[in-house]
Amino acid sequence: MSCCAPGAEAALEFCLPLQASPSDEEIVLASRTLGEGFMQTDLAVPGIHCAACIHAIEKALLKLPDVRRARVNLSTRRVSVTWREGRVPPLIQTLNRLGYEAHLFEIVAGRKDEALGRLIRAVAVAGFAAGNIMLLSVSVWAGADGATRDLFHWISALLAVPALAYSGAIFYRSAWRALRHGRTNMDVPISIGLALAFGLSLYETATHGAEAYFDASVSLLFFLLVGRTLDHAMREKARSAVSNLRNLSPRGATVIAADGSREFRPLSEVMPGTRVIVSAGERIPVDGSVVEGSSEVDCALVTGESTPRPSTVGDGVQAGTLNLTGPLVILATASPDGSFLAETARLMERAEEGRPRYRLIADRAAALYAPLVHSAAFLTFVGWLWIAGDWHYALQTAIAVLIITCPCALGLAVPMVQVMAARRLFEKGILMKDGSALERLAEIDTVVLDKTGTATTGELHLLHAEHVDPALLATASLLAAYSSHPYSRAILRAAPRVDSGSPGIASIKEVSGCGMEGTAGDGAVYRLGRPSWALPDERHGSSEPHLVLARNGRMLAGFRFDDAARPDAREAVERLKAAGLAVEILSGDHPEPVRRIADTIGATRWRAGQLPADKVRRLSGLANAGRKALMVGDGLNDAPALAAAHVSMAPATAADIGRNAADFVFMRESLLAVPQAFETAVRARTLVWENLAFAASYNVVAVPLAVMGHVTPLLAAIAMSLSSLAVVANALRLGHARQNPISAGVGRARRSGFGKALGQT
Amino acid sequence: MNNLFFLIPIALFLGGIGLAGFLWALGSGQYEDLDGAAERILIDEEASAARPSLPRGQEAE
Repeated sequence: MSCCAPGAEAALEFCLPLQASPSDEEIVLASRTLGEGFMQTDLAVPGIHCAACIHAIEKALLKLPDVRRARVNLSTRRVSVTWREGRVPPLIQTLNRLGYEAHLFEIVAGRKDEALGRLIRAVAVAGFAAGNIMLLSVSVWAGADGATRDLFHWISALLAVPALAYSGAIFYRSAWRALRHGRTNMDVPISIGLALAFGLSLYETATHGAEAYFDASVSLLFFLLVGRTLDHAMREKARSAVSNLRNLSPRGATVIAADGSREFRPLSEVMPGTRVIVSAGERIPVDGSVVEGSSEVDCALVTGESTPRPSTVGDGVQAGTLNLTGPLVILATASPDGSFLAETARLMERAEEGRPRYRLIADRAAALYAPLVHSAAFLTFVGWLWIAGDWHYALQTAIAVLIITCPCALGLAVPMVQVMAARRLFEKGILMKDGSALERLAEIDTVVLDKTGTATTGELHLLHAEHVDPALLATASLLAAYSSHPYSRAILRAAPRVDSGSPGIASIKEVSGCGMEGTAGDGAVYRLGRPSWALPDERHGSSEPHLVLARNGRMLAGFRFDDAARPDAREAVERLKAAGLAVEILSGDHPEPVRRIADTIGATRWRAGQLPADKVRRLSGLANAGRKALMVGDGLNDAPALAAAHVSMAPATAADIGRNAADFVFMRESLLAVPQAFETAVRARTLVWENLAFAASYNVVAVPLAVMGHVTPLLAAIAMSLSSLAVVANALRLGHARQNPISAGVGRARRSGFGKALGQT
Repeated sequence: MNNLFFLIPIALFLGGIGLAGFLWALGSGQYEDLDGAAERILIDEEASAARPSLPRGQEAE
């Protein structure tokens, strides 16, 4: 499995991210009962990327007893396993052994993408009808007349009915929804155009007329549906990639019953007063206070603090924080509904309500366009009725106007640009969840960054590593290698690989909540941990180091840690500033680290000690001042601000709630994703305006012809197809614009690179 | 004119078969993992058992 197990290389390194496998109970909770004694579990495995991976995974899983079926889906990077109820097979352990990171993926019962299936079927039906009608129309244009022409028209009508009824329903429904709410969108003129063209053509056919527009209306429908389907498929792809990311909030908790027995219960059953066990490496499921044990908790996602906080009996802990070193027993003080997490969700809802509804450029264009077109058609009708006095001819001309102006180009132009933009972003590891986000991103003038986990990697690193004696660092790393605490991992990363002259230390153990302890050959006791524990006899001031290395209670070295700025963060900020955007940092952390990061990356302004509500207030303050802000954040404390911002972005490592609130999610380490997304959005907006301008100029030429009554069905079919192709071709230019060398790499390299980026999250 | 009475139904029938086939393939889930289908052709199921070759993955390196 050497070629294709991206996780395997990471597993060999010391700094594998802390990952606790979900317990059997959690797997059962996330599975679906299939009946007949079988369960189905879905696992997200971001590292799958070739045939050998598929083969290895399926073979290994099928070898497990009780597993009946294992099927890899490479497109979504998921594995679906069916197993016999009873004993849970070691699915995740098996995958980890093969070198793949895997995590549970919740199956929502019966949830398949209905909408996409419906769209594809609609495209198929419309395509079938359009192809056949076009063939018949060609022979009519070529001169078929009399009974033959009538026959062909009747067959065309027969083919058009199912296409317009089944495929067209998508547009009618959307148009009706808009009209009912007193708005218009692009689908209103489309629906009216389709219905009138069909009605007139049917009348023409019945009265042995020469001109029927079946071909134009059905091929218009086909083109529009293709655009819409591509758009939907792209967004669906982004959404499924986002939901593949690891779920951070626990699904249940191990509770201690009154008789002392332990049981795993779903989160909804954990009430205030329940005692919950949280082992090291698990997320704390509810707000509570510690009643037993001592440990340290990582609050980075919740408060934005970068250094872990010690917690012992009596301390309060918040849901969503990560328990690092020792097991804790917690007395729940709030039900999950009353927890910090739920409070955040409520704050988000309020923030979202406060934000004005954004209207798509296409819909704004339609609001101007539809009345214009409809009044032009009406005036044509009245005009010809007055001039010629022939109501049949007047109606026919008016409908020709409607058909020729049917906003084919408009309906296709905008989604095509968005599809191309989403693809470009996807190649750069940025997932776009919705088309309007792209338009909103192009409008921003301010970028607000969170510190921990956004401007920084969220991983601690040793400060002033060059001033520490390498031999002492090597000794510290001997102890640190046995712990998964963030401080220990930072020491390991900073330590030289080859250790020479360090004393051999044996019987190393971790004292939870305190640090590491070991005994050297000469009987000396080495400790690496909190100063108050490693140096029991000394006084402790406030400026003491985070971690000390001590020998028999005497200090050898002190270490301080801080969060490192993301690679390229400075360059990213410079590019944003060069584009004329203001960049500021909002953080929940203490002023000192915030100022340091702000200086490092070159942010214009910073604010520290911000609570979630403060962040929302800052963003609505910006909005009230007429500024349009992009919020980039990852923590639970950022989630309300993400919802309040004009547009928002989150790294893949963000808390679930924030990732779901954000419009964009970026998968790679680099903060350059922010300027890249912004540049693509600006470019996409230019193309959208170009397409709209094209559609307008097309109408300037076509409408007078139609009003004069010179538009034949042949001319209509050609004009509509050409204008559609022109806007599609213009949209495609986005895909070829200034490819940078990384994203222009061979498909394979790009795909595996993306897989790796997913794997690291 | 007469041959139209045969040709048009035949053309529509054949087109209809194509459409029905596509809808069937869609319904039976054949479009759910296009990337996987492209790669799976490279897995030779029986060959590794029948012939003592290198385990998969090592060959590919």
